[in-house]
Amino acid sequence: MAEPIITFQHVYKRYDDTVALGDIDFELEQGKFYTLLGPSGCGKTTILRILAGFTEASEGKVTFKGQQINRVPANQRQINTVFQDYALFPHLNVFDNVAFGLTLKRTPKKDIKRRVLEALKSVRLAGYEDREISELSGGQQQRVAIARAIVNEPQVLLLDEPLSALDAKLRTAMQVELRQLQRRLGITFLFVTHDQGEALAMSDEIFVMSDGKILQQGSPVDIYDEPINHFVADFIGESNIVKGRMVADYQVQFVGKQFECSDAGIPAHEPIEVVLRPEDLVLTDVAKGKLTVVVDTQVFRGNLYEILSHDADGNQWLIHAVHKAKVGQEVGIYFEPEDIHVMRFGESEEEFDARLEQYEGDD
Amino acid sequence: MKRAHGFYSVPYVLWLALFVIAPLVLIVYQSFFNISGQFTFDNYKLYLSSGTYLRMTLNSVWYALLITALTLLISYPTAYWLSQTKHKQLWLLLIILPTWINLLLKAYAFIGIFSQGGSVNRFLQFFGFGAHQLLFTNTSFILVAAYIEIPFMILPIFNAIDELKPSLLNASKDLGATNWQTFSKVVFPLTLDGVKAGVQAVFIPSLSLFMLTRLIGGNKVITLGTAIEEHFLVTQNWGMGSTIGVVLIIAMIAIMFLTGERKKRGR
Ligand SMILES: Nc1ncnc2c1ncn2[C@@H]1O[C@H](COP(=O)(O)OP(=O)(O)O)[C@@H](O)[C@H]1O
Ligand SMILES: [Mg+2]
Repeated sequence: MAEPIITFQHVYKRYDDTVALGDIDFELEQGKFYTLLGPSGCGKTTILRILAGFTEASEGKVTFKGQQINRVPANQRQINTVFQDYALFPHLNVFDNVAFGLTLKRTPKKDIKRRVLEALKSVRLAGYEDREISELSGGQQQRVAIARAIVNEPQVLLLDEPLSALDAKLRTAMQVELRQLQRRLGITFLFVTHDQGEALAMSDEIFVMSDGKILQQGSPVDIYDEPINHFVADFIGESNIVKGRMVADYQVQFVGKQFECSDAGIPAHEPIEVVLRPEDLVLTDVAKGKLTVVVDTQVFRGNLYEILSHDADGNQWLIHAVHKAKVGQEVGIYFEPEDIHVMRFGESEEEFDARLEQYEGDD
Repeated sequence: MKRAHGFYSVPYVLWLALFVIAPLVLIVYQSFFNISGQFTFDNYKLYLSSGTYLRMTLNSVWYALLITALTLLISYPTAYWLSQTKHKQLWLLLIILPTWINLLLKAYAFIGIFSQGGSVNRFLQFFGFGAHQLLFTNTSFILVAAYIEIPFMILPIFNAIDELKPSLLNASKDLGATNWQTFSKVVFPLTLDGVKAGVQAVFIPSLSLFMLTRLIGGNKVITLGTAIEEHFLVTQNWGMGSTIGVVLIIAMIAIMFLTGERKKRGR
C-alpha cells in the first residue's frame, strides 16, 4: 500500500456538551474517491472542517503526507473545499470567483486567465466567465464552486454534500461528471453525502458513519453485500432484517426454520440478525419457496414491482419482483444460501474483517 | 385587493404630504422672497457670490467629513467585534441606548464634562497635566458630534457584517487568503452597503449640527445649520435661511446619489 496522503489517528472533537466525533481513525490513499456516508448530524462536516483547518481536533492526530497538520492554518493547506452552500463570493463574477485563489498567489495574469478558462471548461461552463453569480442556476453555481477549488490544483478536494440542492436528474448527471473529473485529475476526493445511492454509485471506498463514529469502511460492493450491523444494513439500501440464531457453521435458523448459509466462525446458538436484500428474493410457487408469505401491497416502480408481504409469524418481507403478484395471494419466496447475510451483535469492524477473511478467503 | 392596499397607504401618504412634501415646497417657495416679501433671485445670487456663505458651506462639508471619517473609523471595528461576541443583541442595545436620550441633554452633559472644572480637567490635573481649555474648541465639537453619531453608523454596518455567511470567510481562507486578505477582498466589499448607509445617516445630519456648534464648539465653527438658525430666529431673513436650506437639501440628494445603489458593472 502506498503511503497514505491523509490520516486521522484517534481524532476526537467535542463541543461544550456534545461529542461530535469519537475516536475517528482512517487513512486516505492518493488519487482515490472516498465518501463519508451517514445521516445528518453524524459528524461528516466536522471531519471535513478539521481537514480543511476551519476547526481543530480536540484530541488525536491529523497528518498530510506524513506531516502532522493539526495546527497548520487553513490558508496554508494544499486542500480545497467545495462547500455545502457553495459559498461563492456574490460581489465577484464567475471569472473572479474562480481566479480568487490564483490571484492571492500572485500568479501572472496570463496564467490565471488560461487556468481559469481551463477549469471552467472542465466543469462545462466555458463562456460563463462574465456572468454574475446571481445569474446562475443551482447546478451552475455548484460547478463554479468545483472549478474555484480545482483551479488551485489541490492534493485533496473536500466536497460537502455538493449535490444535495440539485434535482434528481441533474444530480445523477453530476455524479457521473464528478467521478470522471476525479479520475481525470487524479486527485484524492473526500465526498460527503447522506444519500446511500450516491455513495454507492461514485466511491472507491465508503466510510459509513453514525453518531460521530465510523461503523464500517469498504468498497461499495463490500458494504452492500456484507453490512456489519443492523444500522449499516438498513442505511445502505432497503433490506429485510430478522432475528435468528446460529445453528452451526453454514447453518442458520430464523422464522422457525433452518437454512443453509455462507457464514461461519460464529459459535453455535449465538443470537444473530439475518439480512436478505429485497432484490435477492424471488417470487415463486408456495411449493417451491423457502418461505411462504401473503402479499399486502404492491407498487409499480417502473423497473420493478415493490411488494410488501408478511409471513405467518408477522415478519414483514419487502420483495423487488420483476413480475407482478396479486394482493392477498399466498406466494413462496426463494433465495440462495449466499443471499443470506448473518450479522453478529456488537461485532467490531476488525473482528468482522478477520472472520470474513478466515472463512470467505476465496471470494 | 388593490383597494385594500390603497387604504392602508393613506397614513403614509398623508404623512408624506404634510411633513415631507409641504415643507420642501414651502422652503423652495420662501427662498425666492426677500426680507420684505418681494419675489427675487437675490438670495441665490448672494449665496453664490458672497465669500462668507461659500466659506460656511465649505466649513460644513469639511467638518461633516471629519465627523463621518472619525465615526466610521471607530464604528467599523466596533461593529465587527460586536458581530463576533456572544451576547451581541445585549451589546447592541447598550450602544443604541444613548440615542434615546435627548440631544440637548447630552450636549449639556458634555459641557459639564469638558468645562474648566469638569471631570476631564480634574482628571488631567490629578495626573499633573494641568487644566486645558477643552470646551468651545473644534476638537471637542468633532468628538461630541462623533459620539452622538456613532450608533447610527454602527447599526447598518453591524447588520451588514452579521448577514455575512461564515462559509464565505472559510472559503476565502480555504483558497489561501490571510486574515487581512479575507477582510479586504471579501468582508469589506460585502459590507460596503452597510458603510454607505452609515455614511448617509451620519454625514447629512452632520452638515447642520447647529446646536452642537454653539454649545460645544462655542460658535467658532459656523456651519450652514448655524446660519439657517440665525436667519430664521435672529435676523428674521426667512428667504435667505430657506435658500441655505435648499442648498442643504441639494447636498443631501447629491450624497444619497453618490453613496446609493448603482447598477452592477458588466465587464
Ligand atoms: N459549532 C458547533 N457547536 C456545537 N455543536 C456543533 C458545532 N458544529 C457541529 N456541532 C454538532 O456536532 C455534530 C456533528 O455535526 P456535523 O459534522 O455538522 O454533522 P453532519 O455534517 O454529518 O450533518 C452535530 O450533533 C452538531 O450539532
Ligand atoms: Mg453537514
